[in-house]
Amino acid sequence: MLIQLKDIKKVYNQGKPNEFQAIRGVSMAFEPNRVSCIKGSSGSGKTTLLSMIGCLSRPTSGRIQLGEQVISSLPERFLTDVRRHTFGFIFQRFNLIPGLSVLENVMLPAYPLGLPYKKLVDAARRLLQQFNLASKADNPIEWLSGGESQRVAICRALINDPKILIADEPTANLDSKLSNEFMQLIAELRQSGRTVLLTSHDPEVFDSTVVDRVVEMRDGVVLADVG
Amino acid sequence: MLLFLRKQKYLIDYTLSSLLRRKGKSLGLLAVYTTIVFMLASVTLFTHALRKEAGLMLQASPEIIVQRMQAGRHAMIPADYLQRIGRLRGVMQKAGRLWGYYYDPIVKANYTIMTEGQSDTPLTEIVIGTGIARVQGLDVGDYLTLRSQSGEAFSFQISALLENDSELVSADLLLMSPKAFRRLFSIPEGFYTDLVLSVRNPREVNKVAEKLSQLLPDTRPILRDEVLRTYESVFSWRQGILFVLLLGSVLAFVIFAWDKASGLSAEERREIGILKAVGWETADVMRMKFWEGMVISLTAFLIGYLAAYGHVFFASASLFEPVLKGWSVLYPQFRLTPYVDGLQLATLFFFSVLPYIVATIIPIWRTSIADPDAVMR
Ligand SMILES: Nc1ncnc2c1ncn2[C@@H]1O[C@H](COP(=O)(O)OP(=O)(O)O)[C@@H](O)[C@H]1O
Ligand SMILES: [Mg+2]
Repeated sequence: MLIQLKDIKKVYNQGKPNEFQAIRGVSMAFEPNRVSCIKGSSGSGKTTLLSMIGCLSRPTSGRIQLGEQVISSLPERFLTDVRRHTFGFIFQRFNLIPGLSVLENVMLPAYPLGLPYKKLVDAARRLLQQFNLASKADNPIEWLSGGESQRVAICRALINDPKILIADEPTANLDSKLSNEFMQLIAELRQSGRTVLLTSHDPEVFDSTVVDRVVEMRDGVVLADVG
Repeated sequence: MLLFLRKQKYLIDYTLSSLLRRKGKSLGLLAVYTTIVFMLASVTLFTHALRKEAGLMLQASPEIIVQRMQAGRHAMIPADYLQRIGRLRGVMQKAGRLWGYYYDPIVKANYTIMTEGQSDTPLTEIVIGTGIARVQGLDVGDYLTLRSQSGEAFSFQISALLENDSELVSADLLLMSPKAFRRLFSIPEGFYTDLVLSVRNPREVNKVAEKLSQLLPDTRPILRDEVLRTYESVFSWRQGILFVLLLGSVLAFVIFAWDKASGLSAEERREIGILKAVGWETADVMRMKFWEGMVISLTAFLIGYLAAYGHVFFASASLFEPVLKGWSVLYPQFRLTPYVDGLQLATLFFFSVLPYIVATIIPIWRTSIADPDAVMR
């Protein structure tokens, strides 16, 4: 599914003394089934841009189109629906819910869909198997290491079978060995037909051969676009 | 439909596991909540039951009581006053009564002694209320000794226990023969404690009372309606005090709930953000939190209400005794007859569950409508 951005702007705290323009007019497109990485120093607007594409927030002005659908003007209800069926998220801080088991964390995004329990558990276990976590399924999430936590986060992002994966600074909490492994997983995801959007200021990520395209941002605008 | 139900089930499961995850906090909240429901329910159950009992008691009492007053004090009334009343229109029956209070220094309680039966009732037989029986550990066949004003001891054998719909009436009651009563209290034949009149038509009661005052200027008629009104005002006044106290605590509770909710901890806010980011709708989050509130408030309501029921009807509302009852007549421990009605339950529910749900759901709503992009940071 093609993602098109047209003159996107994002202003935080509009009309207030602390008004801040985080994105100052970005136009570009992301082709399906590719791995794109947005790089840039901290505060350049990478996270803001990803969250608008992922329907976690809306642009102040401009147009975001997902395939044929304009999502930048959708009411929140429909936005959630798009988000749920189209995007899977992997956050920098993993954002797993403590106190729940590994399995429960993975199933979380599917609860509102009301699938039969058996079907849901089977799907979750299959994912955990695929990511080498089968033996940890019933452990509390707190018992896992950083690398395992991230693989759980990937499983959770995949449970609703999204076409687009969004990962914001996914390797920030991993050492270089784990970062490498993560990029191999990303390669597999692309193989399975998914579109992947990453942000990073880690060369291990944006210089990786897995990445098809690197977009560089600074102060809310696109500086360079390679690939 | 099935989909909807399954979805609710997932949300409820999630809620339950959230509550278990925050065990300490959930239990603390539950404890405070239960205590408040317990207090509210105790007051309501207690005052309702008392009113009910007072109503029962008054139903059985005569429409008009005639007391003789001397120097502003209640005095014995001569039997010939019955003749002096003569035939008043509307009066169905008239009779003299003998009754009095008896202070028992051993259990520090006032009994009410009344008479029953005719002159041929054995002098030494006595019927006692279940309250006295319980306090003194007495049963049928046992002996009870009472002392007259001059210190003379009278021994009675218990022939029966008083069973009654209402223990308020019978708890502290002793029934003996008129003869024994006269001996114990040194009241000569030809005198009564007061006279009672029953009136056929309730609308004629005032007229009869007026005539009585003219016929017997040294007496005072006491109407059942007046007694009822006095009781009502006593109940209402005491209930009022308690309700002011309770209102205070309920308010404190609402503030506490509000504070807990509006000050949603960073952790809870983050959790809501995560749920929304991974695909939950605002409505899903709200439903989940609604179930959470329901689980807590229904549990608290159930436990609090049942505890209050036990407190009022099996433990004699021991916590409220000093506030709600001031009458020495009621001193012997008595047990109220359980009395519950739907309206009362609904009112309680309304005042305990609803404020909590509202107080918690609004701040949660405010948090969950916010864009979930904060979880990215
Ligand atoms: N909620 C917000 N309110 C105000 N300013 C914000 C908010 N979120 C982000 N910003 C600001 O917007 C700019 C871009 O932030 P972000 O997109 O997180 O950058 P990056 O991910 O590239 O580090 C930063 O200067 C940041 O301080
Ligand atoms: Mg960022």
